[in-house]
This record gives sequence, C-alpha cells and structure tokens, in this order.
Amino acid sequence: MTEIPEHLLKRAQAAREKAAGEAAQPAAEADSPAEADSRIPAHLLERSKAARTKAAGDEPESGGGVAVADKVAAAVATPAAGGGVPVGAGPGGHTQRLLTVVKSGSIQEVKAQPVDKVHTWPHLLAAEFVASLACLVFTFLFSIWVNAPLLQLANNNQTPNPSKAPWYFLGLQELLTMFHPMVAGVTIPGVGIILLIFAPYIDKNPSNKPEDRKFATSLMTVHLMFWAVLVMIGSFFRGPGFNFTLPWRDGLFFEL
Amino acid sequence: MAKIIDETPRPTAKERLQQTVDSVQGSQVWASIFRPGSIFRKGYTDSPRNRSYVIMNSVLYHLHPVKVKRHAVKVSYTLCLGGLSFFLFILLTVTGIFLMFFYRPEATAAWDDISNLQTSVTFGLLVRNMHRWGAHLMVLTVFLHMARVFYHGAYKPPREFNWVIGVILLTLTLLLSFTGYLLPWDQLALWAVAVGTNMMGYTPVFASSSSSWRSTSGASARTAASADRCDRRLTE
Repeated sequence: MTEIPEHLLKRAQAAREKAAGEAAQPAAEADSPAEADSRIPAHLLERSKAARTKAAGDEPESGGGVAVADKVAAAVATPAAGGGVPVGAGPGGHTQRLLTVVKSGSIQEVKAQPVDKVHTWPHLLAAEFVASLACLVFTFLFSIWVNAPLLQLANNNQTPNPSKAPWYFLGLQELLTMFHPMVAGVTIPGVGIILLIFAPYIDKNPSNKPEDRKFATSLMTVHLMFWAVLVMIGSFFRGPGFNFTLPWRDGLFFEL
Repeated sequence: MAKIIDETPRPTAKERLQQTVDSVQGSQVWASIFRPGSIFRKGYTDSPRNRSYVIMNSVLYHLHPVKVKRHAVKVSYTLCLGGLSFFLFILLTVTGIFLMFFYRPEATAAWDDISNLQTSVTFGLLVRNMHRWGAHLMVLTVFLHMARVFYHGAYKPPREFNWVIGVILLTLTLLLSFTGYLLPWDQLALWAVAVGTNMMGYTPVFASSSSSWRSTSGASARTAASADRCDRRLTE
C-alpha cells in the first residue's frame, strides 16, 4: 500500500471542509444560485437577466442552471401558448435546456496525472550515501584481512598449469573447450553483446509488469544463467590441463 | 498489351534524400538517441519548450532530478547497484591515482614496484588490496545492475539509448578490469592475459593490435581508455 503524500491529504481535507460548509447552507444558495456562481462575471449575468426579462415579458427570472431546469419543466407542462414562442423561451425566442454533461476527461486528454514523488534530497541521496559508506567499509575491511595476490615475476618460459583468464572471462575460456576459438571467443560473445545492445529495439512489448513479459524475462534468465554457470565451472571445476575436477576432492585452482 | 503509364512524376534525387532523412529521423533508434529538445530531432522548432527540454532531459538532471518517484527510492527496488557501480569507479580512480605514484609500467620495473609498494610504502598494501577487490566488486555490481535494469524493464522507451550506453560501459568495465589484471606483471597477470589475448586474436579487426598488447604493456592502453570511464555515470 503506497503512502498518500501529505500535500494531497491536505488538499482532500480542505475540499471536504469546503463541501461540508456548502452543505450547511444549501437554502441560501438555492435562493440566488447566480450570485453564488462566481465564475460568470456579474455584468454578463445582469445582461442575460435583462434580455430574458425583456423577451419573456412578465415572468420574473432567477437565472442559473436550476432556473433553466424549472423553466424546461414549465415549458413541457404548459402547452405552447399562442402557438408561437413557448412560455419559457430564452433570449431571441430560443428554448435552452441541458442535454448532457460531458466531463473534461472524456474528450480532453489529461496528460498531467498526479505522480507520487519525493524530493531527491534527502530521500534518495541519503540512501545512496549510506550505501556507498557501507560499500567502502566492506572493501576496507576485506582489504585489511585478504591480500591481493602477487605471484612470482612473469616468466614467458614457465607456463602455470592451469592457466586461467580473469574470472569474468572464464565463461569464454570454458567455451573454448567446446568450440573453435573463432566461435567461442568471437562469434558467441559478439552475438550475445549485439543482441544485448539491441534488446530495447527488439523488445516491442510496452508493459513493465512481470506477468506481461514472461518471454523476455525467461530469455534473459537463460542468458544470464548460461554465463554464470560457465563462469562457475571454469572457476571452480577446472584443474590442471583445464580438465574437469571437483573442488572438494582436488582443491581449488582459482586466483582472483 | 496495355501499357501502364504512371502519371505521377518520378521523385527527384532531392525528394528521395528528404524521404530517407525523414524515415531515419522518424525511427525509434533516432528518437531514442536524440531526446526531446535536441536540434537533430524531427520537426524541431526553436521554442521555449524545446530550450527547456535540453536542460530537463540532460543526462545529469535525468539521473538526479529534483524529485523522484517514491517507489524508485526504495532500496529494495534498485539495490543501489547503479550508485555503487559509480562509487566503486570513484574509489578505483582515487586508489588508482595513489598507486600510479609508485608504479612504472615497464616489464623490467613493474613487479619490483608492486613488491616495493607492498613492503615499504605506508598503506601501500592496503590501497593495492582495495584497488583490486574494488575492481572485482565493480564487475559484479555492473553485471547485477544490468540484470536489475532488465528485469524491471527500465530499458523501455524512452530510455532505450541509456541501455545501449550501459551495455557499452559494461564492456568497457570488463576490458579495463582485464587490462588492469596485467599490470603487476606476475605469473598470474602474464598468463591470464595471455589466455585472453589469444582468444581475442581471432577477432577479425582487432587481431593484430590485441596480440601486441602483451609484448608492450597494458598501461598505455589503460590511460587512453581511462578517459572513457567518465561516461560510467551513465550506467545508472
């Protein structure tokens, strides 16, 4: 359940109070709805009132939506007197009535949907700062207790057995045991990287929901697992001559 | 046999060029690279709106806008992986500059310098350890960050090109970490890089240059590549 931001809560509270205040004095409003409706300028109201009085002659006007509805009811109830202009006719002899109310959202595209947002400072930056401190502490302590390896001086005439690439390339080295170097070292990783780069242009599915993207998710999982498993095998299950070993039987052949 | 006469005039070279330009500028790839406000975007006008977009869509502002969505702030959503990748990059730069003071990238001097650094430089061993473990950690965080972004579908429009840059930075991270592996010039460095460069030797274009890396030193390639690292911020 997401939290509702404070300013929205405040706004809703204010609206509720206003509605309650209006409900308390509905009688006063009903008497003079035109005056209450402040959106229509006073001089326009005066003008329309004058025009209506002039057109309808004797009938006193009160104006506004409620009055129009009353008039329509009156016009329907009373048969057209004199055959010409109905009793409740407006300026110029036209009868006006409310056909329907179209809410703004149905015909206009409302682009600015309210989004629940918080300030980057401090909400995000504080978390990032703590995370980086934790990372620094971890690296620092790990570096105090574990030393980086420094083997003997490089010697071109003495090949260690096994020779292993850095761990993140051990998946590729593992592929080398199965395929020609051209395929293992160039084609497969090349195709993998190119597919990865073009993923946003290949994946046309607009949805972000996990249930809508089962295919994309499973494909990526297979891809990531492919490399992860190969790296694991290359790191821990390959011994002298890059032959298969079991780490718990023959020990580790792995340097970071 | 009736002869079909096409009344419409053949498009001139200029019109065809215009059509090609329009189709390129209307493509998804183009629109994802040149964000709203870019002068290269289709139908660009010099309006206050577009001028504002240039700043509002700039990368720095995009990474840390004034406000962010509440759900995106949760640590469980991002796991801070992008920020940690960037922080590790900073850490590697700082420790790397420290190490540069005590290191000569020559086959005759490199190993002695490292050995000297570890034994007789104050905090030398500690800083070297941090540099090395930080580098390994960074490969891990960048990889995990990529997985996280994919699983959240964060590469979808309008952020397609962010993803492309991210994949390029992942590749750069791997390559820079790989070249860094060479620097101590010990048995581990030499033979690990030998395995890697032999593999790269089969690459059609880079074959000749990659094999020459080993005979010289990775250091020169590293300094050139380190300039590219400034872009790492984009991985987030």
